[in-house]
Amino acid sequence: MSTTTPAPVEQPTEPGPRRTSEPPRRAAMSRRRRKSSDDQAARGGPLWALFAWVLTLLFFAPVAWMVLTSLHKEADAATNPPSLLAPLTTGNYGLLFDRGVRPFLINSATASILSTILVLALAIPAAYALAIKPVEKWTDVLFFFLSTKFLPAIAALLPIYLIVKDLGMLDNVYTLVILYTSMNLPIAVWLMHSFLAEVPREILEAAEVDGAGLLRVLWQVIRPIAMPGIAATALICFIFSWNEFMFAVNLTATRASTSPVFLVGFISSQGLFLAKLCAAATLVSLPVLIAGFAAQDKLVRGLSLGAIK
Amino acid sequence: MATIAPPAPRARTGSGVDRLEKWRRRAPLLPALVFLVVVTQIPFVVTLVISTLHWNVLQPGDKGFVGLDNYQTVFTDERLRNAVKNTIVLTASVVLISLLLGLLLAVLLDRRFPGRGLARTLLIAPFLVMPVAAALLWKHAIYNPDYGLLNGTLNAIWRAFGAAEGPQLDWVSDYPMPAVVAALVWQWTPFMMLILLAGLQAQPGDVLEAARVDGASGLGIFRYITLPHLRQYIELSVLLGSIYIVQTFDAIFTITQGGPGTATTTLPYEIYLTMFRKYEYGEAAAAGVVVVIGTIIVATFALRVISSLFREEMAK
Repeated sequence: MSTTTPAPVEQPTEPGPRRTSEPPRRAAMSRRRRKSSDDQAARGGPLWALFAWVLTLLFFAPVAWMVLTSLHKEADAATNPPSLLAPLTTGNYGLLFDRGVRPFLINSATASILSTILVLALAIPAAYALAIKPVEKWTDVLFFFLSTKFLPAIAALLPIYLIVKDLGMLDNVYTLVILYTSMNLPIAVWLMHSFLAEVPREILEAAEVDGAGLLRVLWQVIRPIAMPGIAATALICFIFSWNEFMFAVNLTATRASTSPVFLVGFISSQGLFLAKLCAAATLVSLPVLIAGFAAQDKLVRGLSLGAIK
Repeated sequence: MATIAPPAPRARTGSGVDRLEKWRRRAPLLPALVFLVVVTQIPFVVTLVISTLHWNVLQPGDKGFVGLDNYQTVFTDERLRNAVKNTIVLTASVVLISLLLGLLLAVLLDRRFPGRGLARTLLIAPFLVMPVAAALLWKHAIYNPDYGLLNGTLNAIWRAFGAAEGPQLDWVSDYPMPAVVAALVWQWTPFMMLILLAGLQAQPGDVLEAARVDGASGLGIFRYITLPHLRQYIELSVLLGSIYIVQTFDAIFTITQGGPGTATTTLPYEIYLTMFRKYEYGEAAAAGVVVVIGTIIVATFALRVISSLFREEMAK
């Protein structure tokens, strides 16, 4: 399969003036980006910086408020006007563990980590068969994977609930592993494909001519290029499975419930709960926040299914 | 579930060696393909079957084949039409508003200013907060009429200007749809911002430089060079954003439970209610089938956009 034939792209005729010569469309999304945007980006003036920071802080305020409230006593959390300077305490977090948040966190970790491993185990060979030694009709297969992502999960909930009930797999964390795997598999195949498509063909051919075996090609040529791809894929799959709620709340009851289910059940308790709620919200968001911050550079490529390099 | 892009029939080829080589190439693909077909297509067949049954769990003796009756109910049901309308309003508003805010932030972050890296990191945070946690945070810590951050801040401002008391708005009850939209916009703006910022940073610097030398104004450059260049990125972010946002369940479940009345009941939530509150399995399945068909129609168009992007990308 040739990957070098440019498909004809119709330039849509749009009303409106187009005086400047538009850069050719294929220049977009290219690797021809400014090498280090930090060096070449224009400098904004002080007003620019002020405006950018005001907006940023406005967006960040709810997160900051959540963390701050989680460190307040209940009595200081629910005041009007809000008390910003109340004394801090970590008591709420201790309380969460007393209320048994631990098994929920363990279930979340089990479901997300196992499904991420399973996704990678299925997606990497598939991406190999679609990018390195492509099967015929490989674009159709790729689009079949993507098309399943368009289908609303809610439409699958009833049959899955009934099938899972018949199999006696309700309230079982492995049910979630299977479902999260199918939810993330299309994303992973696309992402891994976009990374493996970058392996230079000439190097592969040269290695084969030199008589390098498949394992050596995999290890020495493909692995270095695939590693960042695997990291990006794992990050995205982990985020989506950790945060998944609809299947978790409807298919689990007590033993296999994950952290979002804990959160929803948590607020039904009586009395003042705002500080405890914020502590719980912070705690369950923490793994994804840490992973996302640590791998920021992988986030864009992952979220765009590999379309943005 | 249903295939949107069915693979064309394969050409038959001659020799056995060829065939062996073909299967060797296909082999690594098969586990993933089989897994996905089993887990996503079998439930769809089951849904099709259930959609022809009268099946209410509360009336166990009354289960039986009713043909297309459930579909008639679905198409004539006022609640479902309302849910379709709410889904469109919610998705369109969230996508549009977060796109515009994301564009604004991306343009701001495309220039150097002190602490730009930190600002980018802080801006990603809303997207990384667990959606259920974010929904609960907005409902209780921000919208609560008595001690929420919004009314609390209004109160503080009013008092600073000498008034005795700020306005006590009940945000979720009085403005249910905007309340849900605002919480979702907050979560999805970073997503849009990240994709658009990548687009801005991929602009060929020499073209911008040439335009500046030719004396083009900043606004002119934005309108005639940056926006056309960004078009693909805008399409991509709208498309991917819509796929996720149209399925929103967590925020509705948590903030409004579809209410007050049916003011914020979207399709996913309505189907959930039919299933697990009314126990009308047949009707829920029929609604599911209709939603899938609707999705296929929209997705065919969307896939065409992705596929043209994809071909351009592969052509390089």
